[in-house]
Formats: sequence, C-alpha cells, structure tokens
Amino acid sequence: MPIQYYIFFCLSLFSIGVVGVLTRRNAIIVFMCIELMLNAVNLLLVAFSKMYYGLAAQNGVANTVGIDAQIFVFFIMVVAAAEVSIGLAIIVMMYRNTHSIDINFLNRLKN
Amino acid sequence: MILVSLLFIPILAAILVLFIKNNKLANWTAILLSAFTLLLVLQTLAAPIADFDIAWLPNLNSRFVLHADGLAKILLLLTAISFPSILIATAKNEYKQKNVFLSLLLFTQAGLMGVFLAGDALLFYFFWELALIPVYFLCSIWGGEKRIAITFKFFIYTFLGSLFMLAGILFVNAHTVGHSFSIQSFVHANLTNAQQVTAFALFFIAFAIKMPIFPLHTWQPDAYEQSPTAVTMVMSAVMVKMGLYGILRWLMPLFPFAFMAHTHFVVALSVMGVLYASFIAIRQDDIKRLIAYSSIAHIGLMNAALFTHTQVATQGVLIQLFSHGINVLGLWIVADIIEQQTGTRSMQQMGGLAKKQPTLAILLVGFALANIALPLTNSFVGEFLMFNGLFLFNPWMAALAGVSIVLAAIYTLNMVQKVAYGDISEKINTMQGPNKGAQAVLIVLLILVFITGVYAQPLFDLTADTLKQLFVK
Amino acid sequence: MAFMKILIAFILLWPFVGFLFNGLGRNYWSKKVIAYKATGYIVASFIASIFAFLHVQAHGAVTVHYFDFMNTATLKIPFDFKVDALSSLFLLVITGVGSLIHLYSTAYMKDEAAPHYARYFAYLNLFIFSMLILVLGDNYVVMFIGWEGVGLCSYLLIGYWFTNGNYNYAAKKAFIMNRIGDLGFLLAIFWLIAKLGTVNYSEVLTYERISNLSSFDITGITLLLFVGAMGKSAQIPLFTWLPDAMAGPTPVSALIHAATMVTAGIYMITRSNILFSHSEITQNVIAIIGISTALLAATIAIKQNDIKKVLAYSTVSQLGYMFLGLGVGAYSGAVFHVITHAFFKALLFLGAGSVIHAMHHEQDIRKMGGLKSKLPITHITFLIGCIAIAGVPPFSGFFSKDEILAAAFAKSPIYWVLGVLGAAMTAFYMFRLYATTFLGKFRGSADQENHLHESPAAMTLPLVLLAIASAIAGAIGIPEMMGGHHWLAHQLIPIVGEPVELGLTHSMEWILMAVSVSIALIALIIAISTYIKKTDEEPSTAIGKFFYNKWHIDELYNEAIVLPLNRFAGFLKNVIEKQVIDGAVNGTGKLVQYSARKVRLIQNGQVGYYILFMVIGIILLFVFWFNDLSILRFFSNLNQH
Repeated sequence: MPIQYYIFFCLSLFSIGVVGVLTRRNAIIVFMCIELMLNAVNLLLVAFSKMYYGLAAQNGVANTVGIDAQIFVFFIMVVAAAEVSIGLAIIVMMYRNTHSIDINFLNRLKN
Repeated sequence: MILVSLLFIPILAAILVLFIKNNKLANWTAILLSAFTLLLVLQTLAAPIADFDIAWLPNLNSRFVLHADGLAKILLLLTAISFPSILIATAKNEYKQKNVFLSLLLFTQAGLMGVFLAGDALLFYFFWELALIPVYFLCSIWGGEKRIAITFKFFIYTFLGSLFMLAGILFVNAHTVGHSFSIQSFVHANLTNAQQVTAFALFFIAFAIKMPIFPLHTWQPDAYEQSPTAVTMVMSAVMVKMGLYGILRWLMPLFPFAFMAHTHFVVALSVMGVLYASFIAIRQDDIKRLIAYSSIAHIGLMNAALFTHTQVATQGVLIQLFSHGINVLGLWIVADIIEQQTGTRSMQQMGGLAKKQPTLAILLVGFALANIALPLTNSFVGEFLMFNGLFLFNPWMAALAGVSIVLAAIYTLNMVQKVAYGDISEKINTMQGPNKGAQAVLIVLLILVFITGVYAQPLFDLTADTLKQLFVK
Repeated sequence: MAFMKILIAFILLWPFVGFLFNGLGRNYWSKKVIAYKATGYIVASFIASIFAFLHVQAHGAVTVHYFDFMNTATLKIPFDFKVDALSSLFLLVITGVGSLIHLYSTAYMKDEAAPHYARYFAYLNLFIFSMLILVLGDNYVVMFIGWEGVGLCSYLLIGYWFTNGNYNYAAKKAFIMNRIGDLGFLLAIFWLIAKLGTVNYSEVLTYERISNLSSFDITGITLLLFVGAMGKSAQIPLFTWLPDAMAGPTPVSALIHAATMVTAGIYMITRSNILFSHSEITQNVIAIIGISTALLAATIAIKQNDIKKVLAYSTVSQLGYMFLGLGVGAYSGAVFHVITHAFFKALLFLGAGSVIHAMHHEQDIRKMGGLKSKLPITHITFLIGCIAIAGVPPFSGFFSKDEILAAAFAKSPIYWVLGVLGAAMTAFYMFRLYATTFLGKFRGSADQENHLHESPAAMTLPLVLLAIASAIAGAIGIPEMMGGHHWLAHQLIPIVGEPVELGLTHSMEWILMAVSVSIALIALIIAISTYIKKTDEEPSTAIGKFFYNKWHIDELYNEAIVLPLNRFAGFLKNVIEKQVIDGAVNGTGKLVQYSARKVRLIQNGQVGYYILFMVIGIILLFVFWFNDLSILRFFSNLNQH
C-alpha cells in the first residue's frame, strides 16, 4: 500500500484531533482528541518506519533501519499513559471543586 | 591602591551607615567618611597615579581597570567636594529612615567615582548604572508628591539611554582585536566610517539624555523639582557631568571621524537648546525649576563648546565642569534653605530676604553672580574660553550663544530681585536663617568660587595632560 | 620695577581692602569707623596714584606682571597692569573725585543704619577697585574684568534701597543694558584673539599687527567694541538705563553715572585709537551716534523737572559730545572733556545732592526756587558748574568743548552746526535748572522752608574743591592759538600720537569759538530771564509733550522688544515645552500603555484561544518555512536595504 494513504489518513486523524481540541468544551473530549493526535503521529511513525525498512531490505543494506521510529512510538505511548493518568486526576479534582468539566471554567488563573 | 579606596570607602560607608539606626550618628559617619574621601582625592591631585588593574570578568575579556588622569581627577574632586557639602548642608533636613537615605546617597557617590575612574567599557557601564539605581530609589521614596510618575519617567528615559550605550559598547567590542573592553583597544578598534557613525550615535544618545541637551531634556526639570534637594544637588552638580565626561573620555577619542562629521549639527542643536532653556528660565516662577533650566542652558553651552573641537573650548569645558558644579551646588543649597524654611518654591511669595536674612541674601547674590559668569568668578574663566572656541568654530554661533549671556543676566537677576529684594513677604518672615553647617558650607563654596575665578592656574595644570592627549597626536 | 609692582598693587588693593573691611564688618563697626576707613582707603589710593603719575612723568610707561589669568597652550592672558600717560590721568581723576565723593557721602548718608552705611561704602570701594582695574589693565580681558565689575557695582548701588521695587527694576535694567554692550565687547575680544592670538595692548595696538588685519576685520572689531562702549557710556540705542540709574543715592550718580564709569567707553576707544583710526566707517558711525545722542538727550533735558533727571540727560548729552570727538579723531579732546566733565558734573550732582538734602528728598525743581540765600555755598559752586558746562570762557568746559567742536568743524561743518546747537541747548537747560532752583521765590511747603539749611562741611568741602577744579581745569589744555601749550595733548602723544593738524586758520578758529560762545550766552540769558519768574508746567504743545515723555523711547523698547520676547518665552514654556516636546515624550509612554491595554485583551484566560493561537502560529511557521521565507531571512533582507 503506498505511503500516501497512511499520510492522508494520519493527517485527517490529526486534524480531527486539532479541531476537537479547539472546539469542544468538555475536558474529557478535549483529552480524547489530544490522544487522537498523539496516536495519529504514532501511526505515521510506524508507517514511515515500515517504509524505510522495506526500502533498505530491498537494497540489502541493513536490517535495523527505521527501528528508532518504533522506539519513539513506545516512548510516546508511555508518556501518553502517564499524561492520561495525571490529566484524568486533574479533571476529577476539577469536577469535585466546580461540579463541571467545562474547560472555560479553567480561566480562574486570570486575575 | 588609592584609586580602589576611593571606590570602596563610599561603599563601606554606605553599608556601615545602613546599620546605624541613630540618625545623628549616621549623619556624622556619612559626613566624616565622605570628608575622608575628599582628603584621599586631594592626595591624588599632586602626582600622576598608576592605573589599578586586575582581572574581573575573564570570560568576557573585561578587566577591572581604574585610571585617573586630569579629566578624572577634576571630576573626582568635584564629587568629593560635593558630597560632604551636601551632607552637611542638608544635615538638619528630616527624612524618614534617614540612615537608608544616607546609605543610598553614598552608594551613588561610589557609582559616580567609578564612572569617572573606569578604564574599561563594561566597568564604565556597570558604574554608570550603579550611579543611577540608588537615585531611582531616593527619588521614588523621598521625593515630592508627584514623585512616582516623575521618577518613573526619569528612570525609563535615562535607562533607555544607557541601553543604547550598552548596545554601542557591545558593537565596538565586536570590532576590537581579541574582543576586549579596555579603552585602549576601543580606541584602536577597526571601525569603518559608517560603523563609527552608528556607534557614535548609540553612545551619544546616552550622553545627550544624561546631560541633558535639547530636545531630550524634559525629564530634568521635573526630576529636579520632585526629588529631595540633597538628591537634586547630586544630580545637578555631579551626575549631569557624566554625560560631558562620557563625550570627553569615550566619544572624542573613539570615533574621531564621526565626531568631526557631526560637529555642526551638535553645536547648532546645543546652541539652540541654550537659548531655548534660557528663554524658558525667564518665565519660571518656581525657583527650583528656574535653576534647572539655567543648568540646562549652561550644560548645553558646554556641550556646544566640546563639539567645536578646539583646544581652547575644551580647556574651558574642563574648567567649567568643576566650576559649574560648585556654583549650582551653592544655588541649590540656598534654594533648599529657603524652601525648607518657608515651605514654598514660588518666587512670587518670596521677597525681602535681604532685609530678613542679609547673610543668606549675600550668599545668594554671590552664587547668582557666578551663575551669570561675572569676571573674577570661576565660571567666567570657563565660559570665556568656551565662547572663544565657539567663535573660532563659527563666529555666528558664538554671537547667537552670546545672547544667552544677556538672557542669563535677565533670569538670574529676576530671581535675585524676587527672592532677595523688596519688602519682607509673609513667607520669608518665618525664616530662621541657615544653620551653622549650611552657612559654613556656603561660605567655603563661595570662597572657592572667587579663588578659582581669580587664580585658575591649578585647574589649568590639573587638566593639561587630558588636553594634550586629546589634541596632540 | 619692583617699586612700581608694589605701588600698583597698593593703588588697586586699598579700595579692595576697604570693600572687604566694610562688607565683612558691616555689623561690627560704628559709622564713624566706617566713614574714616572707607574714605581713608581711597585717599591712600589717591596718594599712591600721584606717585604713579609722577613716576610716569619721569620715567615713562610701566607694565607690571603679577600672574597668569588664563594660560592654555594656544592662549595666554596675563594679569598685567600698565601705568602710562592715559591711565595715570584716569587714575588721578578716579581716585581724586572718588575721595571727594566718599567724603561727601559720609555726611550725605549719615541717616542710614550702620550695616547699610557699611554696605554703601563697601559697594563704593568695590566700584573704585573695579574702575581702577578697568583703566590699569594691560589687555582687553583685564579691562573687561573691570568693565563688568563697574557694571555690577552700578547695579548694586542703583538698587541700594532694595526694598523699593522701582529702584530694583532700574538696577536690573542698567545691568542688562550694560550686558548687551558687554556682549559686543566680548565678541570683539574673541575676534581679536581669532585673528591675532593675543589681547595685550602692546601687541594688538601696533601698526605692524593691525596691517595684518583686513579692513573688514578692523571695522567689525571696532564696531563691536563700540557696541560695548554704547552700553557703558549710554549712547543710542542703549542709553535709557542712565536716567533711570538716578534711583541710586545722589553721590553714586555723581561718581558712577557722571564722572567715572560712564566714561569707560571713551577710555576704551581712546586706548584702542590705532584700531579705530583704521576704520573710516566706524569713525563715522561713532560721530553720528555721538552727535545724535547729544542732541536727543539735550532735547529731553530741556523738559524735565526732576533735578537729577536733568543732570542725567545732560550727562548722556555730554557723553555724546565725547563720542563726537572720538569719531572725528580728536582723542585728546575727548579725554580732555572727560576730565573737565568729571569735575563739573560731579560738582553739579553733588550740588544737587546738597539741595535734595536741604529739601528733605524733594527732587522736583518746581517746588524749589530762591535757594540762593539759604544755601550760599551750594549756590555759588552750582553756578560755577553751570557756567563750566555751558562752555563760557574761561571755565574748563569751554576749552574741552571747543576743542571737540573745532575738530568736528574740520571733519564736516554739519557736525559743528549740530554741536553748537547742542551747546546752546546745554546752556539753556542748565540755566533753566539753575534759575528755577536758586532764583525767584521759594515754592515749597512752609515746613520745608523752615528746615532749609546749608549742608555740613563734609559736603561743602568737596563742592568747593570741585568748583575750583571746574573753574581752572581748562588750564591743562589751553590751545596754542591762545598762547597756551596744551599740556594734555602733549601728555597723550604716546597714546594717540601727535595732534592732528586741523587745517584751520587761527582767525577761523577764533570765529568758530566766538559764534559758539555767543550762541551759548544768548541761550543762557534767555533761560535765566524766562525762568527767574516762572516754572514749566506740564507741556501743552505736541513737541513739548514728546520731549517731556523722553521721545517715548522706553515705551517703544517695552512694546517692541521686552513684551514680544516675554511672550515668546511664554510660548516656549507653555506650548513648545509642555505640549510639543514633553508631549512627544509622554506620548511615547502613552502609546506604549495604550497598545499594551489593547494587546492585553488577547490574553483573556480562555484556554481555547491560546490553543487556537498556537495552532495558527505553527501553521504560519510551516507556511514561511516551506516558502523559503524564514523569519531570519526576512530581517536580514530588511537590513540590507
């Protein structure tokens, strides 16, 4: 499958994430959109990794090409998991305090 | 070593005074230590002094160099005379937390000494700011009712100038051999003519604001009016000389091409400023503002004289740096005594001082005469040479600037008439007269005015080496 | 040499010591001590001056050097003093007349409290000191020191009664007008330095040096010097301060504003006569201004009713004559007139002072009259003064005025005609003054009449001595055609050169003299016969009012110069300074604050907006990146253009 398909797919996933972050006010949905963006990038990383590995294997150069991208993916997943745990904790705390998860209530830092 | 002690004795005094809670004791400590500084300065006058040179910021190639030639010495002398005089004259003035006030004043002295001694551009900049920052606090804490706004303006204005200078210093530094900050390497920096003009402009803005010259002067009358008088005296007698010093020490040797290219422009601008300030002084009713505008006029004349680039005028400026400081100090002290005791600065409400307080009136007239450069007062020597140089540069400029001699007579005699003559006014009638300390200071200053006015040879001798450096290649 | 060094220091320093003594000790000494010391110092100076004069007679001019006033690599101005024929004469006049006026003042000022009495004598001593510096200096800068010094003393003495606002105003006016002149003098000095590099008389005033100057330079320098002289010697257009200067005590008017200070301009021009002789233009300017001043002031004097004002305008007028003399090249004639004028004008002022003293500070001559019998000594001496100034032979004024008029005739008969016209007016207003004051009936209040008394000896002695001098001083300059020797002209040969041959026959000179004297006598007789019976009331004719109001020159100056300048200063202060310059400075601050307030709204605390801006920013970065328009490149492009 040509790499373009992956790229366009990931781009649309990423854009959905961006638009979601910008427009939604529900903190959990915003959070999910952020995850969506992260995963779009993850998918793209894996796709590129596969592509470069395939090209290298065809030329018989090396069999470790593209491995670093996959390592990145793991890192991102770990970071995302950590982020989710902290982020959800914040949202829970926020709900306890304000009985709302509308992010526009978060402008309390102002003043 | 003596040069370092000139720097550190004020700093030590400042720290010491900070911890003395007793006002009287703090006052005496400050006076004695600043008098001690004066003694040290007097010692340096006799013979050439070796530079003090140690490593300071090795990463930046900047060294802690203190250098005292005639130019530095005459200004050190002025600083060292001014501070004890100011401290004694204002000793009786009440300030909250006087020890902090005195301490900040002494820090200013250290900064000023440093500016005049620094032989390294970065060090110069460092002291330049060190002299400014305590003044900011002095004005904004102890000033008049409009102090916050005025001090803010003053600080931003002068600080802006300083930043231009810093940019200039870094610019020249980038073109020196081995990226050094020492004045010698600055003098020998490889600058094309266009680059010289850029660097010249950056430095000149800082100095022009500090002096100040027209049209960058509007911070000054406000700041003089709103500051506590002790601070006004420091600013007017010594701090404004920093700008002129900067021109003599940095602009003239560093950027000869750019300097010569701008002589006509700057002289014309300064002469215009002299007349402008003189005219405004005629219409002032506030005695402090009158002295402020008079000072702007005198400083403008000195700047014009410097930019004629004639030996005579430069000699005149070197003498006048000292003379103007002494004269204006005397005027401020008299104005302060009147303001403290009558509670007004409006000359409309004064009058009859000569009848009520004859001694103070005589002192006022004495300094007023020095202010209009009457022969045999100190400023005649300086102004004569300066006008002479202006005439050599351009006779029309000299004639135009000469009008300020007449204008100076008008506003100064107006002041004398309104303050000293006439019947005793209500306000003046409440006066007690100067205290002994202030009176003694005024008398000493007035004697100095006439001695250096009749026999200025020591001042000529003192500044001969600087003049030689600037004009004999 | 050493002797002269000490002697000159002696002449100079005695008055200065007197100044310090009286000024510093004003609260300690009794009036008697002050009076004795102040007068004694000037007399000591006078005696020393006599020695200096005799020394010059015997050994010629002497220059002494004390120390350098200014000393730079390119310019050296020494404190040098010189006694020669000219300055030794002035020394005698200054210290001689000065001593008499000090003596007179001790009695005249006796009602003042001791501190003010001391202050008065301190100023007077300082004045003598400055005047001596002026005439003794050996270069223009030292002369300038004295020049401004006498201006200062004049300022202090005019405003001596400092609680009076009008007097202060007059004092200030005098100083400022003098300063305008001083500026001219100063510029002339700079011009000399620029061209010759020196200001020493002995170096500047030589034919070799002057031949190096272009005629433009000489004219410029001499005109500027003359501007200085205009201020000090009250010539058109800077003369209005002198009549106002009469606000000071009367002996001050006698000493400063009649006998000595105002003649400084004549001294200066005579001193630099070599320069002035090289410029035809300047000489004509001086002569024209001199004669116009003489006539203008004379017309005003005719209509004044204040005894001191008449004398003041008479002084302006006589100074005009002296300048006419300088303009036509009669330098020794001008100096001659300075000397005789010093005697008779001091006499007249002191006589007026004696009258004012007797009349309890009444100065309006319409309220006097018939004082002849009450004040016999004052009357006689005053009459001698009037005769002397009117130019009646053989009194001193006749010889000096005639010398100037003869030289004026030789230059141009028009000058002579105008000069004689002025002389007639002089005779007229002086005898109008004399007749109204001393003849006829007393017109003051009964109270004043009861108190009329002759002044004490300390006042009448100077009057008598000055009257004798006014009567016989002409002897120093009796022209050769009268069988005299003209001692003064010979005296001044080292300074002004051989007397110029006028090219007039003796019979011609006799005729001129006879005409001027007879016209003056006619004016004199008309004046006496008119004013013995009546006084002048407010003038009714237009021209009379015009003269009475002093040609409205004060008002003209006020309207044309003072007020516009004042308004201009106000405009600068209130509009330019406050609104334009400070407006720009504060405007910058306001602009920053305004834009900050606007930009601040973006920072509204809504997380969504922040993210939106972030996204927009990232997109923009990408756009720039891929279009090869990186920000840095953008700025470096800007820099190159």
